[in-house]
Amino acid sequence: MGRLAVRATALVKWFGAGDARTYAVRDASFDAFFGEILYIVGPSGSGKTTLLSMISGILRPDGGTVDVDGKNIWSLSADDIASFRLNTIGFVFQDYHLFPRLTTAENVAIPLILKKMEWSQALAVATRYLEIVGLKERAQLPPVKLSGGEQQRVAIARAIASEPDILVLDEPTASLDGETGRRIVEFIRHNILNDHRCIIIVTHDNRIFEYADRIMNMEDGRIIGINREDPHEN
Amino acid sequence: MKIGFKLLVNDRGKFAALLVGITFAAFLMVMMTSMFAGILIRSSATILNVGAPVWVLDPAVNTPVSSIPMPDYVLDAVRSLPGVQYAVPLYSGGAQVKLRNGTYQAVSVIGLDDTSLYGRPELVSGKIDDIFAENAFIVVDDAEFVKLGNPTIGTRFELNDHLGVVTGIARVSTAGLFGVPTLYTTYTRAITYIPSTRFTISYILVQPKNSGAIARIKQQVASLGYQALTENEFIDKVSTFYKYQTGMGINVLLMTVISFIVGLSISGQTFYTFILENLEKFGALKAIGAKGHELVLMILFQATLTAMTGFGLGVGLAALIITLARLRLPDYAAMITYTNIGLAFVMVVLIAAISSYIGVRKVIRIEPFDIFRS
Repeated sequence: MGRLAVRATALVKWFGAGDARTYAVRDASFDAFFGEILYIVGPSGSGKTTLLSMISGILRPDGGTVDVDGKNIWSLSADDIASFRLNTIGFVFQDYHLFPRLTTAENVAIPLILKKMEWSQALAVATRYLEIVGLKERAQLPPVKLSGGEQQRVAIARAIASEPDILVLDEPTASLDGETGRRIVEFIRHNILNDHRCIIIVTHDNRIFEYADRIMNMEDGRIIGINREDPHEN
Repeated sequence: MKIGFKLLVNDRGKFAALLVGITFAAFLMVMMTSMFAGILIRSSATILNVGAPVWVLDPAVNTPVSSIPMPDYVLDAVRSLPGVQYAVPLYSGGAQVKLRNGTYQAVSVIGLDDTSLYGRPELVSGKIDDIFAENAFIVVDDAEFVKLGNPTIGTRFELNDHLGVVTGIARVSTAGLFGVPTLYTTYTRAITYIPSTRFTISYILVQPKNSGAIARIKQQVASLGYQALTENEFIDKVSTFYKYQTGMGINVLLMTVISFIVGLSISGQTFYTFILENLEKFGALKAIGAKGHELVLMILFQATLTAMTGFGLGVGLAALIITLARLRLPDYAAMITYTNIGLAFVMVVLIAAISSYIGVRKVIRIEPFDIFRS
């Protein structure tokens, strides 16, 4: 495992105000490294998704910093944070959020189009990534014609199409049966992870824990432990 | 843009509903205003067909057909005004002609100045000099021509117990509003054949020496208690009368507003539903890295594309209907003008703007975090 990818320091997030204020994340600090798969696990409401959102530039923390490549992303302007997400982060959403009116290839091409790549070139690149996830022959189909596992792979192809340094997946197996879920994560482990990429997965599916390098446990908004040793110290 | 295009066009049901809404609205707006424009143009048919640069009339006149006769001295006075090159009388009135088959037909009669025949129509058959022949009348070959039994040169009719003979067939640029045939004759014959009041000059047609003289002529005519109007001013006066004093303008305005509301309701609601259904997807796009202004542009593009396509279809449909109607009904009074198209365009843009505003607000407010949280 390699160099530091993300450093979260004393992250705090609350919702509501006054007496109604609820802390979603309290004093969360951790490091994530290139070449590893880091799981964030914990019961519902423990703050996993909130933490993931803050480190991926989606939700502004109320306290603390998130450093990526030595730069605090929350010191950037809104447009720069959007650019940061586009260029550095690949997202796989729990419900995939594929566009049903676009073909599979067009869905995968979206980040490339947003990066101002020519439409035809973006589609060619997208098809290449669909090939990586084993769905090249499905390129012209709309996502609704695909199975849940296939849709998940399309979402992964979309997430990696723009070659992000950091891939974040929110409950990637939640909508899949156990076997498909395992195969997806195994696929990510063997085909998507590399020394220049850090993968952070939020999950509470213990059937896929075996594919993690490190597992970070959360409860009531706090990080209560990281099992397995910090790879940076190895 | 292309993503926006695909998202919109590939959702065929919504896109069709949006197009139907805007097309329908544009069609109704263009149709309503075109019919009104056609009526307004035809209400000024006499002014347009005679083509005098300046008209002297009684200030109470609202439409060319409801002229208020002026005494002869006004003609003399106008002729003596500095800046007037020449001035001639014009008779404009209505009469009943008795056709050869014994039926009566209402007609509009224009009496041209005997010496100059100023304002004469273009003849398609016959010679203009024949208007000086005994009982001579020129018939305008317009949509109402058939009501005189498709007369030819030599056709006879009776007008107030006087014999009338067709000596020429003419054409004019604009047909009249009231669906009656038009006869041209000399001023003298018109006031002789048609029962008239003590004063007989309906209008005085003035040719100014130059355009700079018009203001002075108007001033001096006003001092006589009459009104001098340029051709366009007279047309505007007639239009104003029909717009604001007959109820027609309000009715057309109401129909146009209703069309706008119908279009806005259909399009606004459909577009809103389209945005709502895709809201999470827009949120996902934001999360992936789309900037707020890029999504706003995408929505504006979708709204503009729909609006312009619907507008084009609406105008095209209106043009088709009007063309077909004219083929079947030659006196169908509808005319698509640039103003109508411009008005409909503005309304459609407004529909698109309001519809997209609702969508833009929703999309701007959606937080990428909501996508994760969902």
